[in-house]
Amino acid sequence: MNVMESFKMAVSNIRTSKMRSFLTMLGIIIGVAAVIVIVGLGNGMEIYMTEQFESMGTNTLSVSIYGRGTGRTVSDEDMYDIVERNSDALELLSPTVTMQSPAKIGTETITSTSITGVSEDYFTIKDYDVAMGRGLQYVDMLKRSRVCVVGTYLNQEYFGGNALGQTVKIGGTPFTVVGVLNEIGDSTEYSSDNAIFVPYTTAARLSNMGTISSYTVTVTDVNNSTWSKGVLEKELFDIFEDENAYTVISMAEILDLMTQMLDVMITVLAAIAAISLVVGGIGIMNIMLVSVSERTREIGVRKALGAKERYIMSQFVIEAATTSAIGGAVGIAFGQGLSSLATVIIVNALDTDLTVTPSAGSIALAVGISVAIGILFGYLPAKKAARLNPIDALRHD
Amino acid sequence: METPLIAFEEVSKLYHMGDSIVVAADKISMEIYRGEFVAIVGQSGSGKSTCMNIIGCLDVPTSGRYLLDGQDVGKMNKNQLAEIRNKMLGFIFQQYNLLPKLTLLENVMVPLMYAGVPLRERKQRAMDALESVGLASKYKHRPNQLSGGQQQRVSIARALVGMPSVILADEPTGALDSKTGREVLNILQGLNQQGNTVVLITHDNSIAATAKRIIRLEDGRVIYDGPSDDPKAFVRGGMAAGETGGAPA
Repeated sequence: MNVMESFKMAVSNIRTSKMRSFLTMLGIIIGVAAVIVIVGLGNGMEIYMTEQFESMGTNTLSVSIYGRGTGRTVSDEDMYDIVERNSDALELLSPTVTMQSPAKIGTETITSTSITGVSEDYFTIKDYDVAMGRGLQYVDMLKRSRVCVVGTYLNQEYFGGNALGQTVKIGGTPFTVVGVLNEIGDSTEYSSDNAIFVPYTTAARLSNMGTISSYTVTVTDVNNSTWSKGVLEKELFDIFEDENAYTVISMAEILDLMTQMLDVMITVLAAIAAISLVVGGIGIMNIMLVSVSERTREIGVRKALGAKERYIMSQFVIEAATTSAIGGAVGIAFGQGLSSLATVIIVNALDTDLTVTPSAGSIALAVGISVAIGILFGYLPAKKAARLNPIDALRHD
Repeated sequence: METPLIAFEEVSKLYHMGDSIVVAADKISMEIYRGEFVAIVGQSGSGKSTCMNIIGCLDVPTSGRYLLDGQDVGKMNKNQLAEIRNKMLGFIFQQYNLLPKLTLLENVMVPLMYAGVPLRERKQRAMDALESVGLASKYKHRPNQLSGGQQQRVSIARALVGMPSVILADEPTGALDSKTGREVLNILQGLNQQGNTVVLITHDNSIAATAKRIIRLEDGRVIYDGPSDDPKAFVRGGMAAGETGGAPA
């Protein structure tokens, strides 16, 4: 009499009362599926978010300068000085000047495109590659050249793929296209590919902007971005002596923060889903208790034929564990199916590429929990069965 | 001298029923030797069921000693009792008590499973046992597909399969008509002739007469112990006959 035989016996018992077994398992099935889908959803969101943030660059700091209303201010030269002085913490700098003027290509005015004044390092910072022509250069900054680099969307839609050497008018000023970027997003109107980059000096001049208030800085070590951020903040504080005069935002920090929040949320949701596992477990205990009283006579016979208490005990515990393990397995399949379905729905409804990704860990956990629940909630009925007095049990109808 | 297989030494069993104490067995002493065919006879309340529970190691005496093949059963724990039941006793019940979800073969295999016999040997021995009661061809059937007499034959096969020292039959014909009952008794007689020790518990004199020796109980005491061909074996003793009440059957 070993575990294998108890298991076979359990399976045949489950099979002889299919409906009852299924209903008993239902709690576990729903619980496991819910845990898998919720954790999968959380995983998917985390992966999606991380991708989004990484495309913005987790090694970057975004600096906004508000000033204090006094004469004290920070110019782009000051910022370059700060970065140079702290080369152990900070690496590349690009001012970012957003231009509001509409762009005009030929006779067509394009309002949807984003026009940004950036430095020669911006494409390196953003990890953009130039597909055709050249990027922006230092000399363009010095000379405030009227040149620009455009995204693939503009190149394809407005220049028929031959943007180089063509002209874009921004706020009435003609710019010569010197470069075209590789595809960044998906080349649609609402992606990062609908963009024009000009030298920041030119942009600042055309926008009549005295000082530039927005910068992107890269850190030397992405794992130390908090420290780099501190270095930059200290420099800015030394100038303004006011924390409200500037903000430095670290993408890595935001990502960390959001990931943490998401983790907490997922844990809470998974815990709520896990409650249904407990309810399922109680269902198993209930049905096992019924089963023990229905089978009192059988237990008596088995004891008369020489079954020791531990055999009876293991028979019922294994039966409960098998029931919940089968429930767990069905729950996994169900959860996987639901995850795929949820992915399809999310992709179609929200037009994002979020994939519900159940983790191997959550699946292992769900199975572990369901078997543990079976054993835990099977124990009490099994104990009751094992303790039955064989004489009384034999007399039982 | 040969050790008796079953030896009761002033075995008493007391039950608490509410506030009163019921004496179900009152200093019963008896010895049953290997190869005997003994019927323990008595009316309801005579103490025969208590006797059968003690012989079957389902219960232990309150006082006195019960030696099964020289071993003191009263000193055993639950696990040892289970093992003794498995190895030394073969039960035949009035209600057959086959497990309804198992096939006949599986039913007969149960005692061997608890004895730890390997599966292959278990199947072989169970088939042989079914063969010996003439039901080998129905080994895949379930108990509810059989008549009462057939079910009882399966339960005899189950009792035999572990090659026990004692076959203990508790009212084995109680649920059968007289013809099939007679068949079952013939099988028991046959088993005895092959050398098995058979203890038959019954309230019915005509059935008890099948045995070679009769132990008659009344009010928890032995009032006759002798051969079944002695007319005194079937005489009820004392004035309290049939009106004892109180004690559990």
